[in-house]
Amino acid sequence: MDTIHACFKEKIGEVLLPGDVFSIRLSESGDGSIKTEKIICGPGLRRNGEEVQVCKSGILRHKQPNMYWIDSQQRRYVPAKGESVIGIVTAKSGDIFKVDVGGSEQASLSYLAFEGATKRNRPNVQVGDLVYGQFTIANKDMEPELVCIDSCGRANGMGVFGADGLLFKVSLGLVRRLLAPQSEIIKDLEKIFPFELVVGMNGRVWVKAKAVQQTLIVTNLLETCENMTSQQRQTLFKRVAEGSL
Amino acid sequence: MAKDGAAKLSKNLLRMKFMQRGLDAELKKQLDEEEKRIISDEHWFLDLPELKAKENYIIEESSCVPCEDLVYGRMSFRGFNPEVEKLMLLMNTHKEEEEDEEEDDVSRMETDITDEEMARRYESLVESMRKKFAKKRNRSTVTKSEEDVNCNVVGDQPKKVFLNPQD
Repeated sequence: MDTIHACFKEKIGEVLLPGDVFSIRLSESGDGSIKTEKIICGPGLRRNGEEVQVCKSGILRHKQPNMYWIDSQQRRYVPAKGESVIGIVTAKSGDIFKVDVGGSEQASLSYLAFEGATKRNRPNVQVGDLVYGQFTIANKDMEPELVCIDSCGRANGMGVFGADGLLFKVSLGLVRRLLAPQSEIIKDLEKIFPFELVVGMNGRVWVKAKAVQQTLIVTNLLETCENMTSQQRQTLFKRVAEGSL
Repeated sequence: MAKDGAAKLSKNLLRMKFMQRGLDAELKKQLDEEEKRIISDEHWFLDLPELKAKENYIIEESSCVPCEDLVYGRMSFRGFNPEVEKLMLLMNTHKEEEEDEEEDDVSRMETDITDEEMARRYESLVESMRKKFAKKRNRSTVTKSEEDVNCNVVGDQPKKVFLNPQD
């Protein structure tokens, strides 16, 4: 339907505030014989009957063919289904582990949700371990649930990780920039020295390099490049690369 | 075991959980469908007309992962952790395959043995397994069929079975 997309298209790239409404009048266009296309509202947009309301302030973005969302900045994470996060195990009670993911509630992780785990063969998870898992249930009405296994039963890199290394917190906007398909920050960081990185969508990042000093350098670089332009960032990285060699 | 074209594993063995871990989602769906067909006669159902749900044109998506096409979260650079680097390739090409369904590129993963070598080895393995389990009487026919390069199937003599006396 051209009218729906037209309403959105005028505002792509503009700053919107909570309370702005996009209304789609389907009743005027006649009987239900016109097949309308589906619109997918991403984070920041909400459906309210026949209207779409903005509930976060930010810039409206668009992806072909029909996805719209609000690009906003925040530090507090809200669990969403399907996102992979880094959690810290805080308690072990019976069959489940309680994991802190940085949200309003602790998530629960069943001991059977690991690859190759059975009732007899329990996974080796201790309090204080870092786990990388995905949410299967994450809504405002229920306690979030994590799993470290995918739908086929394979781990795919999820589960307990990292004996050494450093865990720190960044804003959610930086996480999205790091995980973007052709991220410039990652490309610049690669050139400095070899290291390993795990990025959780809840704003937590874990870094491990060969020496403690290198780990700290990467940590500081990631924390500072949040508020830099790409120019400043590249000059900083160059200085560090020359300094470390 | 029946003497067919290959050394077949029984259906029950194939249905066990450890044999299904390596299967694709499609094969699993096919197996599930077959099982459903067997069970469906016994199921009771309501004979009511279908109620149409009101179709919603607006779908809400709470995660920004599909919006911005974010990549897999574990990364390793310049060979620091080779397993994670393999995972990166696997997860990121899997994502690309879902998007580019029109392209017919088959990206070959690096393997230790080539496909042809694998096929040859598997062939010889099947033969040796068949010979091992063939009964003494049939062993001669198995070796005979190997020597024939064209694998022409010659009808072997009728199996020697116990004959009742004709009186």
